[in-house]
This record gives sequence, structure tokens and C-alpha cells, in this order.
Amino acid sequence: MLKIVHMNVNGKAVELAIDDREALLDTLRNHLGLTSVKKGCEVGECGACTVLVDGEAIDSCIYLTMWAEGKHILTVEGLQSPTGELSEIQQAFVDEAAVQCGFCTPGIIMSAVEIIGTGRKYTRDELRKLISGHLCRCTGYENILNALEKVVGY
Amino acid sequence: MYDIGSFYEAASVEDAIRKLQEWPDAEIISGGSDVLIKIREGKLAGRSLVSIHNIAVLKGVTMEEDGTIVIGPGTSFSHITAHPLVQQHIPMLGYAVDQVGGPQIRNIGTIGGNVCNGVTSADSASSLFAYNAILELTGPEGIRQVPIQEFYTGPGKTVRRHEEVMTAIRIRRRDYEGYTGCYIKYGKRNAMEIATLGCACLVKLSRDKKVVEDMRIAYGVAAPTPVRCPETEKSVSGQAVSKALLLQTGKGVLNEVNPRTSWRASKEFRLQLVEELAKRAMAQAIRNGGGEVDA
Amino acid sequence: MGIGKSIQRVDARAKVTGQAKYTQDLMTQPMMVAKVVHSTIANGVVTGFDLDEALKVPGVIKIVTCFDVPEIDFCTPGHPWSVEAAHQDVQDRRLLNQRVRYYGDDVAAVIAEDEIAAVKAARLVKVHYEEYPALVDVADAMAEGAVAMHDNVPDNILKHTSFALGDESFDEAVKEKGLILVDQTYDTQRVQHCHIELPVSFAYQDGNGKITVTTSTQIPHIVRRVIGQALGIPWGQVRVIKPYIGGGFGNKQDVLYEPLNAFLSLQVGGRPVKLELTREETFADTRVRHAIRFHMQGAVRPDGTLVARRVEAFSNQGGYASHGHAIVANASNMIKQLYRDEKALESESYTVYTSTVAGGAMRGYGIPQGDFAAECLMDDLAAAIHMDPLAFRLKNCMEEGYKDPHNGITFYSYGLKKCIEAGKEAVHWDEKRAAYACQTGSRRRGIGMAIFCYKTGVYPISLETATCRMVLNQDGSIQLMMGATEIGQGADTVFTQMAAEVLGVTEDKVYIVSTQDTDVTPFDTGAYASRQSYVSGKAVKKTAEMMKEKILEYAAWKLKMDQQTLDIRNNMIVTAEGEELLTMEALATEALYSLERSVHITAEATSHCKENTFASGACFAEVEVDMPLGKVNVLKIINVHDSGILMNPKLAEAQVHGGMSMGLGYGLSEELMYDAKGKPLNNNLLDYKLPTAMDTPELNVEFIELQDPTGPFGNKALGEPPAIPVAPAIRNAVLQATGIGFNQLPMEPQRLVAAFKEKGLI
Repeated sequence: MLKIVHMNVNGKAVELAIDDREALLDTLRNHLGLTSVKKGCEVGECGACTVLVDGEAIDSCIYLTMWAEGKHILTVEGLQSPTGELSEIQQAFVDEAAVQCGFCTPGIIMSAVEIIGTGRKYTRDELRKLISGHLCRCTGYENILNALEKVVGY
Repeated sequence: MYDIGSFYEAASVEDAIRKLQEWPDAEIISGGSDVLIKIREGKLAGRSLVSIHNIAVLKGVTMEEDGTIVIGPGTSFSHITAHPLVQQHIPMLGYAVDQVGGPQIRNIGTIGGNVCNGVTSADSASSLFAYNAILELTGPEGIRQVPIQEFYTGPGKTVRRHEEVMTAIRIRRRDYEGYTGCYIKYGKRNAMEIATLGCACLVKLSRDKKVVEDMRIAYGVAAPTPVRCPETEKSVSGQAVSKALLLQTGKGVLNEVNPRTSWRASKEFRLQLVEELAKRAMAQAIRNGGGEVDA
Repeated sequence: MGIGKSIQRVDARAKVTGQAKYTQDLMTQPMMVAKVVHSTIANGVVTGFDLDEALKVPGVIKIVTCFDVPEIDFCTPGHPWSVEAAHQDVQDRRLLNQRVRYYGDDVAAVIAEDEIAAVKAARLVKVHYEEYPALVDVADAMAEGAVAMHDNVPDNILKHTSFALGDESFDEAVKEKGLILVDQTYDTQRVQHCHIELPVSFAYQDGNGKITVTTSTQIPHIVRRVIGQALGIPWGQVRVIKPYIGGGFGNKQDVLYEPLNAFLSLQVGGRPVKLELTREETFADTRVRHAIRFHMQGAVRPDGTLVARRVEAFSNQGGYASHGHAIVANASNMIKQLYRDEKALESESYTVYTSTVAGGAMRGYGIPQGDFAAECLMDDLAAAIHMDPLAFRLKNCMEEGYKDPHNGITFYSYGLKKCIEAGKEAVHWDEKRAAYACQTGSRRRGIGMAIFCYKTGVYPISLETATCRMVLNQDGSIQLMMGATEIGQGADTVFTQMAAEVLGVTEDKVYIVSTQDTDVTPFDTGAYASRQSYVSGKAVKKTAEMMKEKILEYAAWKLKMDQQTLDIRNNMIVTAEGEELLTMEALATEALYSLERSVHITAEATSHCKENTFASGACFAEVEVDMPLGKVNVLKIINVHDSGILMNPKLAEAQVHGGMSMGLGYGLSEELMYDAKGKPLNNNLLDYKLPTAMDTPELNVEFIELQDPTGPFGNKALGEPPAIPVAPAIRNAVLQATGIGFNQLPMEPQRLVAAFKEKGLI
């Protein structure tokens, strides 16, 4: 059934008519064109569709859009400055060669944004745990951890 | 897009109960990490959902006047782990639910869902068994309190009736005060796992830390439902802390579990884990309580 | 500027901002949704369908079954087409198959208006079968009386090859007195690529009648040819577009569902239809790394001389030939190449059809399997004569200048022994080996190693051809078009560096077109065999040299100077002495818009590569085994690679990280499992144990950089090698720690605990 939801997506208020069976992943990609949100498994196992809902990282494939009513959603498209400069964590991913095929990249960056949001510093082992909800087949996580450490490491 | 029959977002517990009465085929959905997956794989395809996702009273952790800790079943795993009351009084539970899946799952999955889906592998279950948790179920006929030991009736089956909503998980002061514990999840990976075996052990040590005054040990995946090992607990309680006591525990629990062989792991392998994790969890629980023991 | 610098990836910014478009992201027009109906038996024949219930689902447009597809058998592997029929790939499958050859075989397809309708209808299609016994293992399929998976292969042996080296037979050689013999069976498992982007495509018919398929593939030009073959239409009527892809690792070096997708679009008048696989389908119904069983015998003198080996390899092909025998043949060749047998080497290889998912290409193409067998045997032989396994390898491994006696591939720039020495230093091999020699207790440590060699590309076994095109833009920048594909490995970046190097311009003046579109992109066979920086790199070099000639020719005309005295440096036309004469921008603008002599400067060249060389390397792993829990904890791991000159050291290192991670999963946790009826058990990312960040240790990498005379820039293979030596290095470390050689991958806890119990260690 079509329902109206109100959310704030990447800083902008949106009002959408959505099917109440939609996952947030579908809504962000198909209604709002936010294609950084990738579909890799549809069951919360790969982490490629990770976005922030009220500052918390979730797998948007297993989150119904109906639940996003009144919430703040953030995707990678919302990270650049208005004039296009990369955020610190995006730049760190570029500098540390943490990107290969790039398919898991936006999702991991969103988990990184949640981590940075705590304002804390982390050890490498803590960071391993904090990104353990993302599967990456290209990097062995090594340079991803280097990028994270650059921003939130001791 | 999920193959959901009809969807209803409940505004309150009463509202949810009313809708569940109206829709006899509906499932309750809380965090979604379990129900949505079952819809996708076809097990629950086409079913209607009553969502309790946004019911605020089901979220959070509080303490009642008598020291009973009340956990809202709709509280996400990550919020449980981060909660000061949990960290101070029932840290083993906070640690246990921090072993579920990965960080994103822990941000949406709820402890109530973890318990209500009735699976033996639930990371929260063995800790809740050890803490003698009491589950509050609210239905059309009112509220009832069910000790967690009486909640599970078989794999995926619980005493919760279709129109009942779990409204609180309670842990009484006498079940946590003075206890220290350790939960060990054994999975093939270190994250994104369902437990091959889970072991939660609580001990209460004497003032001089030399004697185990009380011990409780509970398992997930060691039987069709989570289980305690009461005979072993009895035999250990009152005994001096020693390596021999750990070995005795490891052997004792083997008589009280009943793991199955599946393609994921054989019964023999799980029994090996049952014994080994008993020793390791108990040793760590003792150390966490200030005792000393060689493993 | 140029090669050898760790410049940023050219696609990094697009990928961290979400601007990089993958196939999924290009489905902007409304599309119908196709879902494949997969068989629920492993072996048998479809006798009929009952479609009534499925057709009633609102939104269903059409259901196509195996009785409706062209009677054309086609092949799928990403090999260059052979113009000789005898060398063509095995053509053994149809768009939809009546003869079911694995659990999940494609028997019908639903086209619907939306995904829910398609999924629902696919579930409601009733298929009637005549069922045969499942043939899960090679032994089942080779057993007397086993049902033939393909009528033209009655014994299920797709291919059997053998070779022997030495003047004596193995049996003769081992008669020598005093030899120590080892006889073991090593089993490698079936694993999946697990690219995070699922196979996905969409197809429609253009206004001019072309069937256009946009797909996540490593091999667009091959996909085009196979679609033409499978549908029985002219190849030129097919257009394939390959945008960014989310990893391939060899699975997308196979033509998967693109031909069916094209066919389904034609079933609805050429309107757009998308076909997205689920993760479960990707595991169960695409390709896997072949499970290969090796029966290995080795004979060694007490002084450490390897005297003779005999290898029998049985490769589980699954239901369709795909890359077929090439995989195990590659493995057997590498076993031959890596060590010198003083007297005899005998090798027999079998590729056997079974009723499981087809084995195909996967990073390393048989070599990870072969290396596991070769390197387990070497450690078992070393243990049998109480010799240090590193010294044993140094004594017997392939030497500088090695030339394969069969295919002539030669080891030009030789870094193998240097890799072994470097790794030895880095891990303190001698000290650790001694320290861990005799251990007791429930946690034991060990250190182990493995080496490997890997050829670069497929010459002379197969054709190696690559094309590059360059266009001079009006502002003096260069448009670079490659038939070779970026699949995450960094090819676009390295080609950009190569072009800049030869042309004398900076990388920011080179624009590579990342998307391949077979209508406009020059021909190349695609990303596989660690070939692109070598084979396609030669095309870049050749084209850039032509391009530079043309630019300088125009500059000489314009400047009225002798062309031989001119050069390009740092985006300027300069004299040999470096005097700046003209900017590239001024030259390009002039060339295009000159009223006197307008020239659009372009260059295109094909490099038909008739060279090959070996890359090599070693992995060293230090482990701690928690014996009561059967867990192997990798404390330290390092790969040392001999891949010639590095084009981009930072990307090269990143490439090694990924390979090591894949090797760790191969060694310790990954396996696609089947039950006795041939049904996959763990075809999802929860039950299939791909390592997470918490399962991955720090990954250390070193390189031995030697100029290879055959590489376009001194470079040779690197893409696949890092995945090869990790599993055997870990196995050999566990052997030192526990005294038990685990001969079956993965070394997962239950197997370890069972073995420790059997030996009374726990």
C-alpha cells in the first residue's frame, strides 16, 4: 500500500509516497537516486547498503522505509562539502588506497562516519570489530584500517 | 521490496495486541533482522506484519526500586551494551549481545526479538538463563511473568501466544548482585556468526575469593533450546576455587546437554566445545570476580 | 609522472563519493524483471511443467521453459575463440536446460512486471523430473555404472592428459636404494569468488535492432561473441556495455546469464528486462573454484635431493565444462615447473563431470590447488628426512632461466630465491623454527612457508591480443580507450600511468574511458590470467609510441624543425636539450583547427603478444593453534613477490593484501558444501565463511623488483599470485606446531579437533 513518509535525507527534508513493503535500500536508490547505497546480499550479511539512521549505521536492506518516518538518513552522497571537497574519511580512503572495486566502499565509509561521530580514538583491534559488519573481497581490510586509523586512530 | 501481506505500525502495546487479534496470521516485527529475512527466503512470504518497531515504552533499560533491572525488549543490542546499568550490574549480558552479528545488526536487532524467535543459538539467551531473567508477556487477558527457563518449548517455539507482546525482561537484584560472569561465543568466524556454541557462566565468590559460593552455567546450541546445567551447578557451589573444580565442571556439564549433529557441526565437536568452554568461561568468571585460578 | 609512482587511483574519487556507476545503478528506465527457475534436483531430466499457478500471479508477463529455447549448445568460458574447431571450448549447455546437471540448473525463466511477482511466480512453477542419482564427488562420477552427465562423454571424464619427464619411469626411479618415499592425498575444496557485487545485467533492443546488454563482466568482447553464438544471431547484432564492476575474481571471466537475459528481452519484443542474481544464486548457480584431489608421491634422498614425483589429479568439473580441463592442466604444469625432479616426474590429470555447480576460473586458475599439493608434499618430504623445509626448497626449486620443456615459457627476470631469502629474514625463520621445534600443551606455535610460480597471460597456450586507442583532445589532453577492463585491480590507473610515461605528459592529461562498449571500444579479451598490465600494457606502449610520433610529426611541420630533434616532456613539445617550444594544448588546437593542415591526431594499435615469463614468490606464516578449540590464529603473515617492476607500488601492495585475504579464507574457513543429494548447504554469506576484518591478521608485503626483459615496462604477473601460497604456508605452519599435516582444505576447527583427538593430543 502506498504511504507517505517524511524523512531528512542528507540534510534535506523529503516527503515521499512509498510502498509500505519497501526496504530503505529500495527507497534511497529508486526514489532518490542515491546509488551509493549498494545491494550485495539483501539479508544484512555484507554491509554494502549501510547508511546512518539518526547517526547509527544500519543495513538498509533489512530496514523498512516505514520506520524512517521522522528520522535523519545519511548516505555517502551527503558527505561532501557544499563545494565538493571530500570529507576527511573519504580523503583518507583515497590516500591510503583503501578502494579497489569500490563496491563495499560507500557502506564502510558510512560505518566510519558513525565511528568518527563518537569523538573517540580507537585501537586497530577496536576498529576491526567496528567494521566487522562489512565484507570486502579486494583489500583484506588492511588499507581500510589504515584509512580509519588515520582519522580516528591513536 | 518485501512480499509483505499487510503492514501495520503499532502506536502502543495495546494497539499492537488489538491488531494481532484482528490479524490471526500476522507476525510481530521489531528490529526486522530476523523476520524480514524469513519473508525474503519464503518462509513468511506474504504474511502480514504488526510492527512494534517504534513503540518507545519497549525501549531502554531502567532499575526498579528493589534493584530489579528492567530491559525493554525493543532495546537494540548496541544500546544494551552501551547502557550504564548494564555495564555496572549485568556486564555479561552487555558483552553477550555485543557478539551478535556485526555492528549494523546490533544497531537494529532487539533483545526481545532475539529471545522471542526461540532459537537456541541466540547470543542473549544463555546469559539471560544464567541471570534467571523473568519475561513479561502482555496480552488481551493481561500481563504474565514467565521465568526464562519456562519460556522455550522447542526449536523456534516458545510459550508466547500469538496476541502477546513481550513487554519487559527483568533481572532481580539477587540474581546479579555479587556475581561475575563470562560469556564465550564460539563461531567459526570472529564476527558475523551464529554461535556454534555459546556458554555463559556466572559465579559468586566468597569474600576471600577462595570459594565458589554459587555457580550458574547456561548454554546455547547445546540442546534444542538454551539450557542450564543445574546438577553441575549444585555440585560446584560451595567448593574451593581450583583447577580441579574447572575440570569437574567441564565433565559435569556433558551429562546435562544434548547437542545435535548438523552440517554446521557434529555432536562430538559441540560436546568438545561444551566441556572446553565450561572450563574457560568459569575460569574467566572467577578471575573477573577477583579470584585466581589456572586454566 | 609515469610508471613506478604510487599515484592515486583514477577512479578513487568516484568510488568514495558514490558517483561510480555499476550496472545496478544504470537501470534508470522502467524494466521488467526476470527470475530464473532453478532445478530442485541435482541430476535428471525435466519431463514437463505445470505453469498454471505461476501464470495466475498478477504481473507475470511470460514464462519461458527449457522447451522454448533455441537448440543450440554453447560454451561459456572467457577464452579467446579458436578458429580451429579442435581447440574450441566445449559447447555443452543451452539457455535453459532440459537435462538437469546440478541442483539449481536453469530450467525456466519468469518475466514479470516487478520483482515480487517474478519471485512468487518462479516459486509456483511446478517442474516434473525424471531423477538420477546425484554424483557429488569425482569418485561417484567415475564409478562403474554412473549416469553420464553428457551423452557424448559416457565415462564422465571430460578430459584426461598426462606427461612424463626424465629418462626413467617413476617406478624405476624409486628403486634407488636409500630413498625416502612419501605418498599422500591432498584435497582442495570448492570455494566461491564472493565478489561483493552480484552478477547483474539488463538487456534491450536498440532502435537499430541491436541487442544491448549492460553487464557486470570482466570480458565484454567475449560476452558479445557468446551471446551471438547462444542465440544463433550475428555477433555484430550484439552490443555489450561494461561499466564499473564490483569485483569478479574469475567468476565474471565466464559468460553467466547474459545470453539468457538477451533472449528474454527478445521474448518481450526487445523491451528492457533485468536479470539480477541473488547471493544464494551466485553461490549455487554461477561458478566455483574446482575442488581437486591430488594423489602425490615423492621420493627424496637423505641429502635433500628431490629424485622423483608422481602426480594424479582429479578435478571436479561440475555439470558443465566451462573452463574445463585448462584448470587442472595449469595446476599440473605448475607442479612440474616449481621443482626439479632429478630422475622422473609423472603426471596424470583428469577433469570429471559431476552433478554439482560448474567449476570455472577463479584467481590463480588451478594454481592455488596445485600449489597446495606441491607445497604440502615438499614439507612432508622435508619432515621425512628431517631437513629444514626452506633449505629443502632452495635446493630443489626451479632455477634462473628455467624453460618449460613443453610450452617453452621461460623464467626471465628471476626473483624466486631472493623472495625466499627476504621472507626468511623478515620472519626470523631460523630462530622461530628452532624455538617451535618441540612443543607441548594446548596452545602450540609453528612457522611455515610455501613458494609458487605463475606465468603471465596465456601465451602460447592461447591467443594473446590487446588493442588500445588514443585520441588527442582539442586541449592537448589524451583520450585513452582500452579493450582491457578495470575490475577493481587498478588497471585504469596503471594504463594511465603507462600512457603518460611514453607520451611525456602528466597523468592528469590522460583521460581513460573506463566503460567498455563493444560498439566503440577496441578489441581485447579482457581481465584474466594476470595479463592486462603485461599484454594490454604492450598495446598501450605501442599505441603511445605511434601517437607520440604523430604528435611530433605535426609539431615538426608546425615548427619547421627536424622531427628527430623534438620530444614531449611534461606536456610540452621540447628540444632534445629540453628547451620548451610549444604546449601540447597549442599543438592540439592548431592540429584540429588549422586552415592549412587540419589533422585529427589519433592512434590505435593491436599488440599480438607472443611472449611470456614467470612471476614467483613466497608466503611465510606463523601460527598459534588453540588445540582444544581447533582454532588456528595467524600471528604473522608475509607475502614476498617477484612480479618485475611495479607500475604503482601502493596499488600493487593493495592487490597483494586482497590475495592474501582470499588465501586465508581458502586455508582456514571457506568451503561451499553439498549434501549427499547434491544440494548446496551454505550458499549464503552467513554460512559461507568469508573472513571478516576480525578474522584477518596484519598483512605484510614485500617485493623483489627485477626488470623483466619481456614486460612492456619490466613488469609481469601480479593480479592472481598473492592468493596462491597462503593456504599451504599456513598448513605447513600448523604441521610444525602440532606435528599433524592437514591434507584437506579448509583447516576448519572440527577437522582439527577430530585429528587432535585421534592422535591423543587433546
